Amino acid sequence: MTTTKELRELYSALNRADLPDRNISSVYCGDLLSHVMGSAPEGAAWVTVMSNVNVIAVASLTDVACVVIAEGGAPDDDAIAKADEHGVLIFKGSGRVFETALEIYERIHV
Amino acid sequence: MLDMQTASKPHRAKLYLHYEIDGDDFTRAGEASSKLKQSLKQLGLSPAVIRRAAIAMYEGEINMVAHADGGVIDVDIDTAAITIVMRDTGNGIEDIDAAMKEGYSTASDEVRQMGFGAGMGLPNMKKHSDYMKIDTKVGEGTTVTMKISIMSE
Ligand SMILES: Nc1ncnc2c1ncn2[C@@H]1O[C@H](COP(=O)(O)OP(=O)(O)OP(=O)(O)O)[C@@H](O)[C@H]1O
Ligand SMILES: [Mg+2]
Repeated sequence: MTTTKELRELYSALNRADLPDRNISSVYCGDLLSHVMGSAPEGAAWVTVMSNVNVIAVASLTDVACVVIAEGGAPDDDAIAKADEHGVLIFKGSGRVFETALEIYERIHV
Repeated sequence: MLDMQTASKPHRAKLYLHYEIDGDDFTRAGEASSKLKQSLKQLGLSPAVIRRAAIAMYEGEINMVAHADGGVIDVDIDTAAITIVMRDTGNGIEDIDAAMKEGYSTASDEVRQMGFGAGMGLPNMKKHSDYMKIDTKVGEGTTVTMKISIMSE
């Protein structure tokens, strides 16, 4: 088990600093939003290359613990505002999807 | 434009919600589903039921924007179930059996670039509801009705 607080040491958070700390129970990777909608487990860290505003809606409705945007993707101001509004924590990861997910996986399973 | 009204219908429903969905506005698509989620939370329904209803309605909301020109959603909540009726006057679905298959999509490139078009929306709606019915006529529109039972698990 890891927490969003621990991930703050690895990645830069792009939105509100006052979001409550959450436990992270698994990692989920996916870019096709309706796939993610159907399969992302609640409480997961969701690693994706997508960064548009719809990502925030999917993250909020699946109730993942946070979104980690990998491979250099950058959400626009609209997406960040929406994330703030819905209390969705978004990180920017500098690595690729696989390395990012592995890094989080290792934190969960130490 | 997104519009929500609540009115209680005595004897039958605890709560009735109405949403209007803009066609072509992907930045606002999903707002009705998150409002539904808030309302269901206020009613004190179980997180599992809330999640199923919100996911099912979100997929329908996106379909109204991606494949039709928006539409209207009516949600009726009584002690037994959440009933979601989503109506649009888009082009309708030619082959429902094909549309229900995982991976079938006629989404445009533009829609795919936003991360939609996996052909998983309708299957997700079926998976997350206890009952689903599609009434559609080519050239006239589509009405999707879903029921999510709220019996305590
Ligand atoms: N309201 C609608 N009006 C007209 N056609 C629709 C409607 N909803 C779905 N369809 C048709 O059914 C197909 C399958 O829908 P489904 O939601 O399963 O996948 P998708 O929307 O194409 O992709 P995804 O939902 O994975 O992003 C669509 O591509 C479209 O052809
Ligand atoms: Mg769809």
